[in-house]
Amino acid sequence: MDQILLQILNGLDKGSAYALIALGLTLIFGTLGVVNFAHGALFMIGAFCAVTLQKILNISSIVLDPTKTDFLGNPAKVKTPYVETWFGPEMGASIIDWSVPLAVLFAIPIMIAVGFIMERGLIKHFYKRPHADQILVTFGLAIVLQEVVKQFYGANPIPTGAPESFRGSYDFGVMLGFKANAIIYPYWRIIYFAFSLGIIGAVFAFLRFTTFGMVVRAGMADRETVGLLGINIDKRFTIMFGIAAAVAGVAGVMYAPINSPNYHMGMDFLVLSFVVVVVGGMGSLPGAVLAGFLLGILESFASMNEIKQFLPGIDQIIIYLTAIAILLLRPRGLMGKRGVMEE
Amino acid sequence: MSNSKLTRRGLIKTGAAAGAGLAMPTLFTGNVWAASHGGYTNAPSNGKVTLGFNVPQSGPYADEGADELRAYELAVEHINGGGDGGMMSTFSSKALDGTGILGNKVEFVTGDTQTKSDAARASAKSMIEKDGAVMITGGSSSGVAIAVQGLCQEAGVIFMAGLTHSNDTTGKDKKANGFRHFFNGYMSAAALAPVLEKMYGADRKAYHLTADYTWGWTQQASIAAATEAKGWETVNNVLTPLATTDFSSYVAPVLNSGADILVLNHYGGNMVNSLTAAVQFGLRDKQVNGKNFEIVVPLYSRLMAKGAGENVAGIFGSTNWHWSLTDEGSKAFVKSFGTKYGFPPSQAAHTVYCQTMLYADACQRAGTHNPCAVAEALEGFDFDGLGNGPTHYRAEDHQCFKDVLVVKGKENPENEFDLLEIVEVTPRAQVEYAVDHEMFAGGTLGECNPGA
Repeated sequence: MDQILLQILNGLDKGSAYALIALGLTLIFGTLGVVNFAHGALFMIGAFCAVTLQKILNISSIVLDPTKTDFLGNPAKVKTPYVETWFGPEMGASIIDWSVPLAVLFAIPIMIAVGFIMERGLIKHFYKRPHADQILVTFGLAIVLQEVVKQFYGANPIPTGAPESFRGSYDFGVMLGFKANAIIYPYWRIIYFAFSLGIIGAVFAFLRFTTFGMVVRAGMADRETVGLLGINIDKRFTIMFGIAAAVAGVAGVMYAPINSPNYHMGMDFLVLSFVVVVVGGMGSLPGAVLAGFLLGILESFASMNEIKQFLPGIDQIIIYLTAIAILLLRPRGLMGKRGVMEE
Repeated sequence: MSNSKLTRRGLIKTGAAAGAGLAMPTLFTGNVWAASHGGYTNAPSNGKVTLGFNVPQSGPYADEGADELRAYELAVEHINGGGDGGMMSTFSSKALDGTGILGNKVEFVTGDTQTKSDAARASAKSMIEKDGAVMITGGSSSGVAIAVQGLCQEAGVIFMAGLTHSNDTTGKDKKANGFRHFFNGYMSAAALAPVLEKMYGADRKAYHLTADYTWGWTQQASIAAATEAKGWETVNNVLTPLATTDFSSYVAPVLNSGADILVLNHYGGNMVNSLTAAVQFGLRDKQVNGKNFEIVVPLYSRLMAKGAGENVAGIFGSTNWHWSLTDEGSKAFVKSFGTKYGFPPSQAAHTVYCQTMLYADACQRAGTHNPCAVAEALEGFDFDGLGNGPTHYRAEDHQCFKDVLVVKGKENPENEFDLLEIVEVTPRAQVEYAVDHEMFAGGTLGECNPGA
């Protein structure tokens, strides 16, 4: 029982990242009708916003210390971050320690700008082209973006830690009456789950309770009619692209302490997120969220030893098996609109 | 049943042949080998010889590949007489004189393995067939090394393996044209197990997470056997797909399994991510079976340890070489590399530099680039001064035997390169094994192939 609860927790946590990326993906597909294969790269750029802010906060003054030597025997360089000089050692160290949460604020305008440039500069030229063309151009863009990041940051992962006070783990087992250490879960992953619920809630609230959101939803349902009413729906959809980019970006920022960011992390998530969108239903926002959590949980269960013993390798294929089953039995996805992908 | 009749003439012929055989080490030097081994693939011409450096220039190991390339360029510079000579001045063999190899200026071409076997074979093939490379070297994965080694055997060129740690490279998949300077899973385990017993005691229960490919399997089998011999119990071994990025679902059940040690048979990005997950889950803060929970990483790489950040602090592992070694060879190499590039070399850089030097030296001693002559010069070769102490290239499996470093993640690093501290230099005798050891059984070297 404790193992099942543990894997459900795990699945919800994994599902958080899938749901956030898939939410942005399906938002873009639903509004602009574009299959955006560069969406994983936006997640990666978000994570590198955290890396960048950490690097900025660590920009240091350098003083040579003749009492110490470096690896070549020259006087060692002692670095003191400017933030520690300006705000004092303790305050400065705290600012650096909190670089990931601060990076969320740092990333939002950057990601909206990246999304805006991406949409206006490239993707809008492909709205009327077939989906295959859109996939090719956005996939190419994803490769370009990750190579640019690799050029600046290298290929190795870059450690980007959570604030000191959120390191360590919480023992849910003791709380639920199980023995100690039965269900432990890291604080930061719990925060990630709560954060993703907050973002998902905010996106849904924005679409449901604001006039802007209402127009966007109307545009998703019938773009032509909304246009005929004199509303510039294209402009709103461009803004939605920026919002989708920001959602992927902040998901990447908060993910940075979970796995050290590397230039390839977007690609690792991209295929999974597309499966999530397909399983949830192309263009369905609740479907993307539901499928994200569902596939996260299925993936977690598939990596349990007890299941791997009966079905070796199931952890590698469970997501794709589910996608095949859904495509065969319900081509429009769990919550997709009737008729979409069914013709 | 054969009919043989001993005659005086036959006795003289046999005696002459036996005498020539006994005298071979001295006879087969200089141009004698070249004359007796006529044609071979990509013989140098116009005073130039081309070497093929096949390293990951893209993909997850691109940084390691870049460091290998730096070391290769440095080695070529030194062989051609440039720079400060690096380890050429400390190398026990003095055959190289800074005029290239056998008077031919060394040039090189590079290929991108992408850490994919098929891409690595394609780039090696291209370097052999189009660029005329007489030797292929490099790589940062055992799967790739084994694939390229097989190709070089077929093509008739020497393969000087880069960073490959699977037992199989010089075990069941060994080839007559392939040579490995890097250590292997068995050696890591043989060096590490006594230190682990000393640090954590004999009564331990280990849970293994293992990368699901050739290196992971042999590393796990080696460390499990070595620690079980010290009294540890292996409670579980879970194979994790190589493409895994989030290890939480594999790490989460560990604490509840009764194990008090987690062995991460992972390398590269897998290691960074699994170790990060294990530390996030607070494993190292827990007590199980009345003991502190501990994590072990059998194969360390400084470049990769950097990716895991402070999570490596206090965690034991092994490494082939480290820049903080104080022998003359290591100091010369670090000085040479550090002056040129501004940071210390990695173990990957060290091993490929050594491989290039060893190849060049073997050609020089053999008097030819003919792969069969070079192989013979490398087989059974004893040398020193290349940073690992006295080293032996075993003839039977083309594996180098040398001291192994047991290291620990440093608690308070003084700079960004100061990530590992050397706990013990395990003597070579402790990590040696018989040629027919069960973990290396199953393959044969076969015949050397000179190609064309």
